[in-house]
Amino acid sequence: MPVKGQTASGPLLAVSNLTKLFGSFTACNAINLQIEPGEIHALLGENGAGKSTLVKMLFGVLAPTAGEIAWNGEIVRITSPSDARKLGIGMVFQHFSLFEALTVAENIALSMDRNVSLARVAEEASHLSRVYGLPLDPKAHVADLSVGERQRIEIVRALLQNPQLIILDEPTSVLTPQEADRLFETLFKLKSEGRSVLYISHRLEEVQRLCDRATVLRHGRVTGACDPRAETPASLARMMVGSEVAVVTPEGTNTRGDVQLEARHLSVPARTPFAVSLKNICLKVRAGEVLAIAGVAGNGQSELFDALSGEYPVADDKAIQIRRNPVGSRNINARRLMGAGFVPEERHGHAAVSTLSLSDNLVLARNQSDRRAFLGGGFLKIIRQGAVKAATKRVAEAMDVRKSGEDPPAGSLSGGNLQKFIVGRELDRQPAVLVVNQPTWGVDAGAASRIRQALVDLAKAGSAVLVISQDLDEIFEVATEIAVISEGRLSDPYPARELSREKIGLLMGGMYGKTEGAGAAHAH
Amino acid sequence: MRIELEKRPKVSTLFSVLSPFIAFALTIVFGGIMFALLGKNPVTALYSFFVEPLSEVWSLHELAIKAAPLILIGVGLSVCFRSNNWNIGAEGQFIMGAIAGSILPVVFYDWQSPVVLPLMMLFGMIGGALFAAVPAFLKAHMNTNEILTSLMLVYVAQLFLDWLVRGPWRNPQGMNFPETRTFGADAILPEMIASGRTHWGFAFAIVAAVLVWFMMRYTLRGFEITVLGQSARAGRFAGFSSRKMIWFSMLFSGALAGLAGIAEVSGAIQQLRPVISPGYGFTAIIVAFLGRLNPLGIVAAGLVLALTYLGGEAAQLSIGVSERVTRVFQGLLLFFVLSCDTLIHYRIRLVWERFAATKTEEAH
Ligand SMILES: Nc1ncnc2c1ncn2[C@@H]1O[C@H](COP(=O)(O)OP(=O)(O)OP(=O)(O)O)[C@@H](O)[C@H]1O
Ligand SMILES: [Mg+2]
Repeated sequence: MPVKGQTASGPLLAVSNLTKLFGSFTACNAINLQIEPGEIHALLGENGAGKSTLVKMLFGVLAPTAGEIAWNGEIVRITSPSDARKLGIGMVFQHFSLFEALTVAENIALSMDRNVSLARVAEEASHLSRVYGLPLDPKAHVADLSVGERQRIEIVRALLQNPQLIILDEPTSVLTPQEADRLFETLFKLKSEGRSVLYISHRLEEVQRLCDRATVLRHGRVTGACDPRAETPASLARMMVGSEVAVVTPEGTNTRGDVQLEARHLSVPARTPFAVSLKNICLKVRAGEVLAIAGVAGNGQSELFDALSGEYPVADDKAIQIRRNPVGSRNINARRLMGAGFVPEERHGHAAVSTLSLSDNLVLARNQSDRRAFLGGGFLKIIRQGAVKAATKRVAEAMDVRKSGEDPPAGSLSGGNLQKFIVGRELDRQPAVLVVNQPTWGVDAGAASRIRQALVDLAKAGSAVLVISQDLDEIFEVATEIAVISEGRLSDPYPARELSREKIGLLMGGMYGKTEGAGAAHAH
Repeated sequence: MRIELEKRPKVSTLFSVLSPFIAFALTIVFGGIMFALLGKNPVTALYSFFVEPLSEVWSLHELAIKAAPLILIGVGLSVCFRSNNWNIGAEGQFIMGAIAGSILPVVFYDWQSPVVLPLMMLFGMIGGALFAAVPAFLKAHMNTNEILTSLMLVYVAQLFLDWLVRGPWRNPQGMNFPETRTFGADAILPEMIASGRTHWGFAFAIVAAVLVWFMMRYTLRGFEITVLGQSARAGRFAGFSSRKMIWFSMLFSGALAGLAGIAEVSGAIQQLRPVISPGYGFTAIIVAFLGRLNPLGIVAAGLVLALTYLGGEAAQLSIGVSERVTRVFQGLLLFFVLSCDTLIHYRIRLVWERFAATKTEEAH
């Protein structure tokens, strides 16, 4: 498929002095950026550097405060996503906007600016997915699809507009390594057709593999441009953060204490047709240990988190024990009162309410565990704003949360900064047991190392930490023990030092002889 | 052609604040056009509709009497709506509250005591709450849609009242009129101020508004309502239960509607009749939204909507249009409030293309 109307020379997109203010806060400060035809251009920067803000302006989601955008040499004003699509700009957001109950083809048809029959959409979509190696079944229901497949829908949706520039905002943070490899092949194909790609990622290895040039942002300014292949991940990280990224120092010689968190033959039936059932899960986490649970997303991780946190209690009280108390049927606050803390995977609408302020979001998780400090007025339960604000400030300082005001709404924080706040909110309580699901997705190298170090330190100080993650690098950085979850079953734990990546791979795939085929199918 | 709503990159704070006023202004403009089409002079018509009722002391009292139930119900509904529960049946809860509160003065009319009145108010609240418990139960445990169930129960309540006043509760000395006996002196909600008819129902409304405002702003319960209304999942993470919130918000709004019902009957009508409400329970939905679900805003909105009732009566007398213009004005107002709010968050785009050749095909 050739690219339409391309001029012979000059950059495809040239951004000059583009600025975005939120109130008095400068998210993007006089940014200059040029994208040549046929290049894969990386946009790097730590959390809150302004990357998403910049690309949202390019796609017409946010209106720039000042500055210009030139497309093929002509100054343009992009006031809406449909303007951007008309010019030839496509975008894949990190958070997908798909209707789960509809089919792939229906979802694609919904986003089109024109009326086309569903059959036609399905045909075009499957044509594109063949050409670009993005296998998709147009008749499948979105709810049945993995994250990687959902992302493919978004990509095909963008490709249907025949764009010259495709913007991807952190596309791989939710993908398995295999899914990411496929995505890279597609991107190379796009490049070979003369299309350009603007690529945002915190994973520096993949930026080196993929990208021809990189622009680095820090605090809303362009602080450098480089050829990523001429750099090392460490030198790239230094450009982004402005200083050396700390290396997480794992346990060493933690003293192991009593079992603090235990699951005994925990079985939970699937709550919805799309959920995974948990099958006879046994685990123990002692004080001083970090147990990491590895596995491909969608194998029961969120169901395990729901059961351990008590958001969905289980019938058998003894199936879950926190500090030797049977708590299976108790709710999340009862478990918090026993000294447990929880960090869910999804930030918006689960761990935090985007429209509420950070201090309100602190009350969200700690309204019972800290009721002595935060609530007054006896049975009236008046929220003590002073105490809550002070604690919010403490958390933000301890975790170095960058925000655009004293107490802004959670939704205005960049993804990584909100994550630091959500983790810090629990660490601030010094919980005896901490259960974390995907602690660092979408978090920059500096912040990720900070969060991981905090988890390691918490265990060192004598807490039991359970980390659910699909990032093997992360797992090897923090874990003292590793177990693998697959199709709702948990393997035995292994000491982290004895386990290689290959062994984990085997456990993920064919742990139980009979489920081998199904396991492979899950890995997409 | 089709119409698309496109989210605005930025929501203007100025227009969010102005929106209720713009909606009110548009209502007046379109109301004027309507009067002109009816062959009336729009200026005098609007004057008699909106200004005349405010010019005399007695009519200000009427305004307070009409505003009391609207505010009381609207405040209860704001709690419901904020927690994402859609109680549309306040009219039915109003009627059931009035019936339950009237048990003492109608059935035990001999009993004279200062505790009668407080007991009537209490029964009224219980009656309204119990009637709201039906949709609450159905939603919390059977997963039914509370909008439909609560709305349909309104007709049940209306027919039940009709049957009562024509049948078992009909006044034996009432010459066969479909009415109950008039309430005894101990069962009548007294006037608040010497200058007119305003009864204590208005005070109830103001107190309820202030208390709910305090609850929403300062207490953990208010926080719980906000969180569950925004995201049930985040609420679960906070340890709040959506199911308990269904019960709480429905019973709470039902109780306030019931209190409004018995206060209206005991303070203004002083007996039960087949029809005791000119649609207060429905109008209160407009009041709640016009007041932006904020209890203090609802006090103001309640007074505005009460004015449309008075204006309708006044316009009927002075310029001879049907009392139904009240409904038209209320409908216009709700329409403009909701559309102003929508246009603050979205802009409208018309898409003209029809079956355009696809770009990808051109490219093949
Ligand atoms: N709507 C908004 N209102 C106020 N401030 C905002 C808003 N959106 C973003 N910001 C601020 O602008 C800054 C840049 O945010 P942005 O989302 O662009 O960061 P990012 O580089 O994409 O970070 P991440 O890697 O964490 O996604 C952040 O400090 C954020 O708090
Ligand atoms: Mg971002």
